[in-house]
Amino acid sequence: MAHGPREPFDNKIVEWVDSRLPIFTMIQKEYGVFPTPKNFNYFWNFGALAMVMLVTMIASGVILAMHYTPNAAMAFNSVERITRDVNYGWLLRYLHMNGASMFFIAVYIHIFRGMYYGSYKQPRELLWIFGIIIFLLMMATAFMGYTLPWSQMSGWGATVITSLFSAIPVVGKALVTWLWGGFSVDNPTLNRFFALHYLLPFIICAVVFLHVWALHVVGSNNPTGIDPKGPQDTLPFNPYYTIKDMFGLSIFLIVYAFLIFYAPTLLTHQDHFVPFNPMVTPAHIVPEWYFLPFYAILRSITFDFTLYLIVAGVAGGILIYNFCWRKTPCEKTKPFIPALLAVTVLFGIPAMLLAFFKDVEALKGVIAMIPLANIHLIEAKLGGVLAMFGSILLLAVLPWLDRHPVRSGRYRPWYRWTLIGFVVSAVILGYIGSQPAEQPFITIGQLATLYYFGWLLVIVPWLSHNEPVAKLPNSIHEAVLADSVKGGKK
Amino acid sequence: MTDHSLPDNPARRDFLYLTTGAVAAVGAGVTGWSFIDTMNPAADTLALATTEVNISSMQAGQSVVVTWQGKPVFIRRRTPDEIKAAQDVPVSELRDPQTDAQRVQAGKEEWLVVVGICTHLGCVPLGAKPNEPKGEYGGWFCPCHGSVYDTAGRIRKGPAPTNLTVPPYAFSSDTVIKIG
Repeated sequence: MAHGPREPFDNKIVEWVDSRLPIFTMIQKEYGVFPTPKNFNYFWNFGALAMVMLVTMIASGVILAMHYTPNAAMAFNSVERITRDVNYGWLLRYLHMNGASMFFIAVYIHIFRGMYYGSYKQPRELLWIFGIIIFLLMMATAFMGYTLPWSQMSGWGATVITSLFSAIPVVGKALVTWLWGGFSVDNPTLNRFFALHYLLPFIICAVVFLHVWALHVVGSNNPTGIDPKGPQDTLPFNPYYTIKDMFGLSIFLIVYAFLIFYAPTLLTHQDHFVPFNPMVTPAHIVPEWYFLPFYAILRSITFDFTLYLIVAGVAGGILIYNFCWRKTPCEKTKPFIPALLAVTVLFGIPAMLLAFFKDVEALKGVIAMIPLANIHLIEAKLGGVLAMFGSILLLAVLPWLDRHPVRSGRYRPWYRWTLIGFVVSAVILGYIGSQPAEQPFITIGQLATLYYFGWLLVIVPWLSHNEPVAKLPNSIHEAVLADSVKGGKK
Repeated sequence: MTDHSLPDNPARRDFLYLTTGAVAAVGAGVTGWSFIDTMNPAADTLALATTEVNISSMQAGQSVVVTWQGKPVFIRRRTPDEIKAAQDVPVSELRDPQTDAQRVQAGKEEWLVVVGICTHLGCVPLGAKPNEPKGEYGGWFCPCHGSVYDTAGRIRKGPAPTNLTVPPYAFSSDTVIKIG
């Protein structure tokens, strides 16, 4: 990467290496003098913190693998042996177990940072997509790692998640058998999950490399979302941000250490300490906390996609496209708008009755009169799976859903509050995911799911054209000075 | 001296490119398939086991859970009330329409044999043991995502798309069921 003229180093050994492979020049350029916006707040710590967690997980994981036995008959006991008998095995296990949680905390805050300050926007779209790929790979890795202790939660979690693929039409069942290597989650499943759990982190490293490379091509975003215009707007990365990252890391590690030493099992379900029994499902299967919102979205789709729902959805979708995605409705569609509205309402009412009010006694007579109620194009199960994967994949296309010219949420009063609402809906979904599948949790989960998708597919595209543009500062420097005057600082 | 700028016969050269490419693609495909197929069930896993169950000691209303191919199978000796409830349901009300007669063997309506795996996401539904919830239709209740099955193992409520699977089975004698 670092080609072109090279400043010689004073140290002879460094200079010998650098003249053959300019790695020191590269580090100096990318992490030493790298011009970085001078107004970072602490949200900008979390990329580095996620990196630290990736290294921690790989280091502790490699050592744990030396003591672990990936065999259905021995896996549970080998993990218990690590905890009880292996020297410092308890420490490594709890580092790894809670490390996964801390990794996800760092990454969720990192993603929120990107959303709040518009870091996903042009020219950082590809950088953002690499980030979502890393997130998906992390989810796969964490899921397979959760299977390895071969506990009740491991085995049944693996059963539920792999069975998701059985919802795929035609090939679903064969695909699940292929994933399992048998007719149920058993030894072959455990073996391959272990192999993949060891492999995927290194693939994550490769994508992280691309993520950081793309970052160093376009440069960091900053809280104002304004591009640096000159040297007065930036600071060299070292020492300013190496120090700031170290301080943030210290605080982060205090939380991590607290979990490891005082509450190592706080974030884990007690069924994770009972050996897997393929004949008995635990009363209450829950994934780890970091999957709960997506699990709740999966469970929110309790209804089949009937003919009515599809027709109303398509007609409503065309209306949303015209009035929210586009600035003005398409000329060709305009004459059909009253008809589309009528179709949406006429089909929407029976669709809603069939989807959400089937159990209401008073409405049973009305619902029984709806013709063709049994025709459904997507079953509830497939709908849930599509919604769950869609909830993440939609984030990947956020740069194209949000076309507002202003990057930072600081200068977007409407986007900012609806984004906070999005976070609240995700937190509510997380709580719902931890609760049993019964009322009122189902309805609350469905409403939160509605906001989650509504924000991404309706609110954000609409804001792109309709949110007022606030007056932006002329430069980062000017914004920083204005802040110090307001805060009484000099 | 030969002119190297153009082959003597361009069509011949194209043919060689295409055949070489085709052979390489087939070779990669075949090799790739072996990598994929190795993850399918191995011969020992496939060696189908049948399970024989002695049902002579079962009382009406009682259930047992047996293992077949690593999966739980529910055998329930249904009470007359349960059979009647299963038979009286209008088939049009069901998500996966099947009559009770399609779910049991003629003359053996007392015995319901189903694979004990929820057709939603593969949990084992509750209801086989006396102290477990059977759901509002008296059959089974899946604790994972709230699917409710009736006394014929048919899906009545919740996210599961189809009825509990009826495995292939036969009565070897009046008191022995052979599954598989």
